[in-house]
Order: sequence, then structure tokens, then C-alpha cells
Amino acid sequence: MEDVLKIIDSQVANNKVILFMKGTREMPQCGFSAKVVQILNSHGVQYETVDVLADPEIRQGIKEYSQWPTLPQLFVGGRFIGGCDICVELNESGELGPILKDAVRE
Amino acid sequence: MPGSSVDVDGDGTHFEAVIVSSDFNGKTLLERHQLVYKVLGDAMKERIHALSLKTYTPEQWDKIR
Repeated sequence: MEDVLKIIDSQVANNKVILFMKGTREMPQCGFSAKVVQILNSHGVQYETVDVLADPEIRQGIKEYSQWPTLPQLFVGGRFIGGCDICVELNESGELGPILKDAVRE
Repeated sequence: MPGSSVDVDGDGTHFEAVIVSSDFNGKTLLERHQLVYKVLGDAMKERIHALSLKTYTPEQWDKIR
């Protein structure tokens, strides 16, 4: 488990915007993951995705890493932003755009 | 969560919850959801597949109601 947490930590550190999700951005395997992909696409930012269905250790490890029990999970600028509900609310309130832009600019 | 108002809709594994609580005062969305997950504990890992959350303070709830 420790190795997995290290891998996740470097993924989060090395990507300004990274989404841990079920499926790929082209073919999400869950409605909640699809929703967050759609939101990120609408902002036109570059982002990385990790398909947790391809790796059971990452799937379990990410929940441990963030102390968050569900997927998808969005990290921006090394910080955990939240799951689908939070992404939707931050997007609707207009807060998500600046968070993404600030992280990408740095 | 004492003093909270909770409305839950679900099919046994997928749930939607609207929670109004003064415990959310001064907390970010992330902290509010974390608080709910903490209260749910192991049920979240074992029985609940998906949970959609709306969290409001009593003041916020009064405004949107």
C-alpha cells in the first residue's frame, strides 16, 4: 500500500490538473466521472486522467490517500478539490474556473 | 449529526442526501462532505456505492427554500 501511495503522490505532484476516474476521458465508465470530464473539457484546460478500473491497487489507494471514499476525485495544483458533487457546485458558482487557471499558470 | 435535518433518497446502494446542519457553518464544501463521510464511516465502504450530497447551513437553506 505504501508504494501505491507514493505513486499517487507523484502523479498528483507532477500534474497540475489530474482526475482519478472510472474509465477514460473518451469512454468514462460511470456517470459521475463523465460529468467531471465534461466540466474539465468545458474549461479547455490540459489535464491528466487515471483510470482506476485498470488498477485495483490505485482504486483502493486513492481513497486512502485523500481520505475520501468515492470516485471520481479531482486534484488541482497538488490539492484535493473533491468529488463530482463538489466539482459541479464549484463550477456552477464560478469558483472552479479561477482555481484551474491559477494552477495551470503557476 | 445532532441537530441536522437530513433528507435521503435511494435504491439501497445509490443515494442522494440533502443535509442542513449548523455543523457546516464556516466549513468549505470539501470539509462538509468529509464530515458526512466521517459520520457514515464503514457504511460508506461496504454498503453505499454512490452518494450524492447537498450540504447547507440553516441560513443557506432559508435562502434557497
